[in-house]
Amino acid sequence: MARRTMIEAIRDAMDVMMERDDRVVVFGQDVGFFGGVFRCTEGLQKKYGSARCFDTPVSETGIVGVAVGMAAYGLRPVSEIQFADYMYPAYDQIVSEAARLRFRSAGDFTAPLVVRMPCGGGIFGAQTHSQSPEALFTHVAGLKTVIPSNPHDAKGLLIAAIEDDDPVIFLEPKRLYNGPFNGHHDRPIVPWSKHELGETPDGHYTLPIGQAAVRRVGSAVTVIAYGTMVHVAETAVEETGVDAEIIDLRSLVPLDIDTIVASVCKTGRCVVVHEATRTSGFGAELAAEIQERCFYHLEAPVRRVTGWDTPYPHAQEWDYFPGPDRVGRALLQALEG
Amino acid sequence: MPEAMPASLHVPEPMARPGHKSDYSNLQFSHAGEVRRPPHDATPDGVRDLAYSLIRVLDDGGAAKGPWAPALDAGALRSGLRAMQKTRAYDARMMRMQRQGQTSFYMQCTGEEAIACGFQAAIEKGDMNFPTYRQQGLLIAQDWPVVDMMCQVLSNEKDRMKGRQLPVFYSSPEAGFFSISGNLGTQFVQAVGWAMASAIRGDSRIAAAWIGDGATAESDFHAALVFASVYRPPVVLNVVNNQWAISTNQIIAGGEYATFAARAHGYAIPALRVDGNDYLAVYAATNWAVTRARQGLGPTLVEWVTYRAAPHSTSDDPSKYRPKDDQQAWPLGDPIDRLKRHLISLGEWSEARHVQLSAEMEEEIAAAAQEARGYGTLHEGPKSSPATIFEDVYKDMPRHLREQRQQMGY
Repeated sequence: MARRTMIEAIRDAMDVMMERDDRVVVFGQDVGFFGGVFRCTEGLQKKYGSARCFDTPVSETGIVGVAVGMAAYGLRPVSEIQFADYMYPAYDQIVSEAARLRFRSAGDFTAPLVVRMPCGGGIFGAQTHSQSPEALFTHVAGLKTVIPSNPHDAKGLLIAAIEDDDPVIFLEPKRLYNGPFNGHHDRPIVPWSKHELGETPDGHYTLPIGQAAVRRVGSAVTVIAYGTMVHVAETAVEETGVDAEIIDLRSLVPLDIDTIVASVCKTGRCVVVHEATRTSGFGAELAAEIQERCFYHLEAPVRRVTGWDTPYPHAQEWDYFPGPDRVGRALLQALEG
Repeated sequence: MPEAMPASLHVPEPMARPGHKSDYSNLQFSHAGEVRRPPHDATPDGVRDLAYSLIRVLDDGGAAKGPWAPALDAGALRSGLRAMQKTRAYDARMMRMQRQGQTSFYMQCTGEEAIACGFQAAIEKGDMNFPTYRQQGLLIAQDWPVVDMMCQVLSNEKDRMKGRQLPVFYSSPEAGFFSISGNLGTQFVQAVGWAMASAIRGDSRIAAAWIGDGATAESDFHAALVFASVYRPPVVLNVVNNQWAISTNQIIAGGEYATFAARAHGYAIPALRVDGNDYLAVYAATNWAVTRARQGLGPTLVEWVTYRAAPHSTSDDPSKYRPKDDQQAWPLGDPIDRLKRHLISLGEWSEARHVQLSAEMEEEIAAAAQEARGYGTLHEGPKSSPATIFEDVYKDMPRHLREQRQQMGY
């Protein structure tokens, strides 16, 4: 066991898999010699050689397109899109190709690849370095969409994603890379070394994709979150003193609906939190599932706390970001009915 | 300094539209045997001229000329002729079955048979094609069972794709035929990725990318070229310039002032421009490119100049956008006629034998069609259960799909 940052945990997951399985190759913009703009692949080229870990041209279409071909050949490509905001040129290769290859060929060809991409705001990245496009992936049949909230989960889920026989979109909340950000941008940064989920086992381990974690047991209201917002929700619960149950989804597709239903049926109230824009966001899917499955247990409408339906701003970042105050207000509203 | 002029938009128009006489005087042309054949290890710079000339072996009289004439014996030539004739018979029959309402859609490759058939003859088992929807010849030239192909077209119970794909979107790993996508160009860069994987693994197998003139405008084409340029994997990059993307002439894809082959030059990839209606030229050029790939010399781009003689698909009517007799005016002729003439000139074939071959192929295809129809057609007879649409979305069916399958009634 060792305390690792999320960056170190993600790197360790790739290291473990490159060591165990020579079909695993890692590539993307700046990931080779330099080790990635967020340092997630640092040292991998030196350790495994440039045929296993290499820089690519600045072409997301190309990065995912060659990944599909490599996966069809029988490799296990782990590609990096430098920021989730840059993935749009690759969207056709992800949606029309990777996601549907198994289906359209009836299993003749498959695309067991991972596309890693840092997502979310909180680093003054403005509208091109802050987006959370998870709903653009969860809407696509054939993709799995994973988003960890801590180093322990990140490593176990990334190893599971690399071993998975289906294409996995692996979203990495960049504001969590170096510490469990609680949403108060004006307070000192807490490092992962001070957080119990910074504790990551050495070597190989996996977490099942499709299994949520209950971060806090409570009885008054259920908060459903993922990524950065798990920590923001925890802060809001502490600050309001509401006895909330906090669910960290970890995987959006497949979705752990059992954990959600059990919790909401118990509490009768639910707040869904995400950083992405509100309209047609993943929160809408959650709210719809909850009202279909828990309607007669609900004491109050399901509430959503999300980013505003605007592009992610620069100077107004902290007015955009759904911080602990907004989450806290929603918790109190949910209790009122 | 000259006076500034107001800008005006240049929208290219093909030389002839319906009601006009076809005009191919702009086609950059070479005579059979005229173009030099460089060594396999030629530098991209050393073969720049070959992106503007037209490699041709067969002349109008059926003689094989020049340095590109391949050493194929009469048996190999006859088997090429047979593959092309069978492909044409297959297309004609499938077209008829679509018209009879037995399937929804079909796409012929009429006039382009030499490219896929000649290419397949020059590659090896284990190599992987990433085709478009007009390379059925790759399957037929390796004697892939046409009943299997027909069942796919008919979406019946023996369709290995379980009725999921549009007709002609075949798939077969055993045949080195990658699953076809309908999103144009996506496969081009995937082929480069497959070839990169082969290189990473130290494999000897090569990949072949396929794209049409129209789809070279897609970003996937350019991504493929830059990745192929950077990593030099064993891949042959095929651009089939059949002049038409539905109603859009190749000049709207950028073919007015530049050849498609010449696009490779900016990426330092050697390129050939080849008469795609000349079976011998196709075989020889493929051989050159494949030899380069297998010797670690990297990618080659080949522009196959041909003519889409048939409509784009069963949903298309070319009389609306090109002259009626356009194919007759096409200066590169018909690939089957040309190879036939060559074999006859060698004393290895005759008109009578050709009539017999043609009848044999039609018979073989008709018998196969009868068998395939026995397994059902799109609208009649058995097909895969609706419940199967929930399979293969993921390797293991997740809970939400199991629930939806139950909602469907299964």
